[in-house]
Amino acid sequence: MSTAATAIPYKVPKRRHPAVLFMTQQPLGAAGLVVILVMAVCAAFAPWVAPYDPLAVDYGGMLSRPSPEHWLGTDSFGRDVASRIIYGARTALAIGFIASFLGCTAGAVIGVASAYFGGKTDLIIQGLMDVLLSFPIIVLAITVVAVLGNYVVLGIDVNLIIAISVPMLPRVERVVRASALAIREMPYIDAARAAGYSHTRIIFRHIVPNVVAPYLILLTAFVAQAILAEASLSFLGLGVTEPTPSWGLMLSGAAADFYQQAPWMIVFPGIAISLGVFAFNLYGDSLRDWLDPKIKL
Amino acid sequence: MKRHLAVLVGAAALAVAGAAWAQAPISGGLLKFAVSAEPPNYDCHANTSFAFIHPVRPHYNTLLKFDPPKYPAIKGDLAESWNVSKDGLTYTFKLRKGVKFHDGSPFSSEDIKATYDRLRNPTGGVRSVRQASYADIASIETPDSLTVVFKLKKQNASMLTNFASPWDCVYSAAKLKQDPRFPERNVMGTGPFTFVEHVAGSHWTGRKFEGYFEKGKPYLNGYVAIFISGAPMVNALAAGEVVAEFRGHSPADRDRLLKALGDKAQVQETPWVCSLVVTFNTRKKPFDDARVRRALSLAVDRWAGAQALSKVALVRHVGGILRPGYDLAASEKELVQLPGWSKDINASRAEARKLLQAAGVPNLAFTFTNRNIAMPYVPVGVFLIDQWRQIGVSVKHEQLETRLYLAAQQRDNPTYDAALDFNCDFMDEPNLQLQKYLSHDRSPINYAQQTDRVLDDLYDRQSGELDKKKRYALLREFEKRALEQAYTVPTIWWHRIIVHHKPMKGWHIMPSHYVGQDLADVWLDQ
Repeated sequence: MSTAATAIPYKVPKRRHPAVLFMTQQPLGAAGLVVILVMAVCAAFAPWVAPYDPLAVDYGGMLSRPSPEHWLGTDSFGRDVASRIIYGARTALAIGFIASFLGCTAGAVIGVASAYFGGKTDLIIQGLMDVLLSFPIIVLAITVVAVLGNYVVLGIDVNLIIAISVPMLPRVERVVRASALAIREMPYIDAARAAGYSHTRIIFRHIVPNVVAPYLILLTAFVAQAILAEASLSFLGLGVTEPTPSWGLMLSGAAADFYQQAPWMIVFPGIAISLGVFAFNLYGDSLRDWLDPKIKL
Repeated sequence: MKRHLAVLVGAAALAVAGAAWAQAPISGGLLKFAVSAEPPNYDCHANTSFAFIHPVRPHYNTLLKFDPPKYPAIKGDLAESWNVSKDGLTYTFKLRKGVKFHDGSPFSSEDIKATYDRLRNPTGGVRSVRQASYADIASIETPDSLTVVFKLKKQNASMLTNFASPWDCVYSAAKLKQDPRFPERNVMGTGPFTFVEHVAGSHWTGRKFEGYFEKGKPYLNGYVAIFISGAPMVNALAAGEVVAEFRGHSPADRDRLLKALGDKAQVQETPWVCSLVVTFNTRKKPFDDARVRRALSLAVDRWAGAQALSKVALVRHVGGILRPGYDLAASEKELVQLPGWSKDINASRAEARKLLQAAGVPNLAFTFTNRNIAMPYVPVGVFLIDQWRQIGVSVKHEQLETRLYLAAQQRDNPTYDAALDFNCDFMDEPNLQLQKYLSHDRSPINYAQQTDRVLDDLYDRQSGELDKKKRYALLREFEKRALEQAYTVPTIWWHRIIVHHKPMKGWHIMPSHYVGQDLADVWLDQ
């Protein structure tokens, strides 16, 4: 009598694409990402997506309510609100991404340097960061933009971007520094030092890769903050100026005068801002959960 | 029948207005009103904005002033009576007795002389933007403490009404002797209210001057001018935190306030001696080229713009260099002959494109400096930028806070390209409205900075012309030259709408927001 060993078939699990994994594990984040992608497509292809020129004034169609011709109505100059929202996504995303990238990158560089070198360098940098952190984001942004004024290059207000980036810097710096401090104490860093590696090599080969996750999370979270800051500054008359399409600007000026007669002038740009900020926040939160190994466990 | 009805309605309206005016005033109370910008300094002689006149004028008196219900009639302020010689070259004023400055010092004819000397011939770093108005004065004499005599070099059709200018605040001769720039930082006049405080960004306060020369006046115990603008200002008015704003509201704001206040609101409307003008910096290329300036004026469809903008902004009337409707202004038939005023906008724009091409700037791009006051600067700015886009010009819109906006145009070597300037005066008078177009060395308020002796000569000739028909003809010549050269070009004239709370009495709308603001006759019916 012989017994034959029965082979139990083992099916190697199929390795799923990270994007599919993200969507199944973080459905809310995926929804946020979809909204962001829609915004990005609208911004990139605005001339083809928008039904009208956002600057085209039509005095015959002033304050028209939403209709098949103008889905979201027109403003007090007869300009198509939908087209201005679509083009406004350009302003929001351009300023949001550039300001967030600059603020977060500068913050990360300073944070890593501060943590790695420690001592007096750390003390001085942290003192400066404390000063910047003592101002609320919008107050600091208003101060910077009031001092610098406007400086437009290729249709983008450089000073506005700086004004939005500066308040982000200390917040990112603190988070990145905390991560870098933990990494600095790792034995492999001591080993790298003992092996005589340069500071640059240690920082870029061993520390920076380990702070990329918090950096990316902050980057997405601060895009939302930057969009909100741009909208707030434009609303206060310190950001983008008429007739450039901007969500914040669409809420100020004539929109405030005609909010009873033409509520669509305020409602739709307001929805665009809320949706954009909400999408980035959802995506940022989900990305944090997804990239954080402790939460995964 | 319709005509009779109109007469009856008119008579009834006049009777109601007359009754309101005749109602016995009540003393007391604090008037809170809104001002949508702040004064850049405290010197009447150097200022041009309502942001200055509304909070500051109640501290001062002038020689004459306008009679609000009877505009353009004038009446004495510090002058009790006056006399003009037959040849029109000597103006003699008898001054009021018992007038005192807020520091208790007595007022005399020396103060009038010192004030007008400062206005016409500023020295010691003093800035007077009204030199041109008084250039025809040869001398000022003070035969006694209550008599002042102005002798003119030549006849001047507007001289008497000039003496009613609200900007000519009478200062103390003693203070000016100590420091000619004293009024820039101090507020001390003979007006119905003394200065209490100016809290930057917040408010300006005045208190009743107990030593005021008109017995029983002012009726108010004091006033607070609150610096607030835009939607918050309209909200404050609707909520009763302020009872008035004296510059003017947009049609949308008027409707909103009427809805909110119901029968507690009173509306007063009138055409306005105010227009927004585009000023080109003639010291800067390509705006030193008349073809470029004229092209930009030709591109603007003023007729369609006025019709459309009147629904959303406080502009309404198309006119040239003088207010439409004023008897010395160009008729519509004359206007349409001028470059930029034709009703055939397609032909005008075709000509504009040709001119830009000929000037070598077919794809002109420039920065347009504007004031960050929403009404009517922003809508008119957006309108103009759209008009210029239609001839292929791209424009960057720069909106500045009042102080920076004025500084950008007023500095000695301005760097702006083109700006939306305002030409607002306290009355209809060519000698005032034309100063924007006079050569810069004769008129500091000409921010285009050009020198054009042809215009200067035409100005002088019309100014000394007492025959109305001849003056009209000279004005048409001036207008043609000014608008062809297009150093400064008018856009659309304003329409003044004031909504105030009914308990505020004694205030009467005039075609200028600069006059009738001393608050001496204002009272609160509460």
